[in-house]
Amino acid sequence: MLSNLETALYVFMLATFLGLEVIRKVSPLLHTPLMSLTNAISAISVVGAILITSAQGATLLSKVLGFIAITAAVTNIVSGYLITDRMLKMFKRREKR
Amino acid sequence: MEHLVHYIYIVSAALFVLSLKWMNSPVTARRGVFAGEIGMLMAITGTLLAHQVFNWQWILAAFLIGTAAGIPIAYIMPMTAVPQRTAMSHACGALAAALVGTAEFYREPNQPKYVLVALMIETLLGFLTFTGSLMAMGKLQEILPQRPITYRNQNLTNLGLLALAAALGVRLVLVPTDTWLFPVFAGLSLLFGVLLIIPIGGADMPTVIALLNSYAGLSACAMGFVLDNRMLVIAGALDGSSGLILSIIMCKAMNRSFTNVLFGAFGQIQTKTAAVEQRPVRSASAEEAAAILEGSSSVIIVPGYGLAVAQAQHKIRELFDALMRRGIDVKFAIHPVAGRMPGHMNVLLAEADIPYDRLVGMEDINSEFSQCDVALVIGANDVTNPAARNDKTSPIYGMPILDVDKAHTVMVIKRSMRPGFAGIDNDLYYLDKTLMLFGDAKAFVSDILKELPVPLAAAR
Repeated sequence: MLSNLETALYVFMLATFLGLEVIRKVSPLLHTPLMSLTNAISAISVVGAILITSAQGATLLSKVLGFIAITAAVTNIVSGYLITDRMLKMFKRREKR
Repeated sequence: MEHLVHYIYIVSAALFVLSLKWMNSPVTARRGVFAGEIGMLMAITGTLLAHQVFNWQWILAAFLIGTAAGIPIAYIMPMTAVPQRTAMSHACGALAAALVGTAEFYREPNQPKYVLVALMIETLLGFLTFTGSLMAMGKLQEILPQRPITYRNQNLTNLGLLALAAALGVRLVLVPTDTWLFPVFAGLSLLFGVLLIIPIGGADMPTVIALLNSYAGLSACAMGFVLDNRMLVIAGALDGSSGLILSIIMCKAMNRSFTNVLFGAFGQIQTKTAAVEQRPVRSASAEEAAAILEGSSSVIIVPGYGLAVAQAQHKIRELFDALMRRGIDVKFAIHPVAGRMPGHMNVLLAEADIPYDRLVGMEDINSEFSQCDVALVIGANDVTNPAARNDKTSPIYGMPILDVDKAHTVMVIKRSMRPGFAGIDNDLYYLDKTLMLFGDAKAFVSDILKELPVPLAAAR
């Protein structure tokens, strides 16, 4: 059996290579929206922040740090997805006349 | 439910991969955003349902505040401020990761060694990216000076500081009960972030923003190791590799290495050599420029950061329309590092409704300059400097540039003859075929538009 660390390292290795391959194909036109999208995706750390805050017997320190972390991450999620969509809506191929 | 959440996480991770895959073309990109949103929603809902949630008031309040802050940021922010917003969100993301790491450390310092190692990496990267991104944001917003701030033995001080922080991290892994060391460790990481970014000049921001993006992702990824959550590992690794690729692209486009960007303090050394003798240039009025454009059959516009500063994108779009209506072929040449972040120019021009098939990347457009009648440079400087090709002594020698000097006529809209950001004189301006159009980009383009006579075709 693989330990947790080993499995996680496998996942990390494969996800990094997959990421490199997928991102390489992204059109340079969309590099700015790509960055705001990956930003929103990496705000998945909200999951960790929820676990910290919602744990039974969480100390005040945990709650305060978790609260700030959730706020920061949710700001990123909301603004990240919305602004990416706002930018992408601007990319039009042909003029409508 | 405890088991179900793991399956939900797997689907979320798959959706994140698809989300990035669909970004490969503007046609499918919006579907990508949607996939990302669903993935995120599933992950959050799954997490909340799978565990017994205590302190829900705290979580609810944080969600409300975050949403209330996020919506106006997304809708009110002008497109010219996108680099600042991006830097700000790197700061937020990194802060979240760093704080989760901190809370986890104080909750239970006695964890397996590998967890502690991941935790130290998470907090180190998180805190340094937090302050580093705030500095980058200050520079982009021009609250802080855009020129590099340097002092003696800067690199030595910075590396020493990083080494000290790393040593404390190692010590905390070995003796986790020394919890009092943790605030020192966090403080050093925060300080290092500040010192890392202040010597970096505005023109290097595209690389730095991409690099900070990568760090923020890796910090979230390390959190996945700490909390034993594979989905976090995947999402963080995707973000980390995305930032890495973008920074490599940016470095290549400047012919520079990572170390050179981070420790080179570009723009500082060159100010000494910037004392150049006065050379004659040819300048032209808006009327003359309009006549030349009118008489051409193909025009390539080269936008740069100056366009963003002057907010000239909508005026340029009017010029684009006016010329296209006359049957003149107009394209835009986009250098990878034009502007202050990867893809900055594309977003600005798309905002002004310029169709994206008119925005052409450096490698594809360079062969077209020799057949083009007019190259119109607006707010770009170093990326058009032929010295990068010819002058081995130039600090930008070897940097890939747009071959603007191969066009029949070159017109450059510029405020004055002051050298550009890197402080390097641009030989392009002294060529016989070059006309300097002195003035503010937005005002000058308006003047050209006024001088263009109403075409017969418009009367249809």
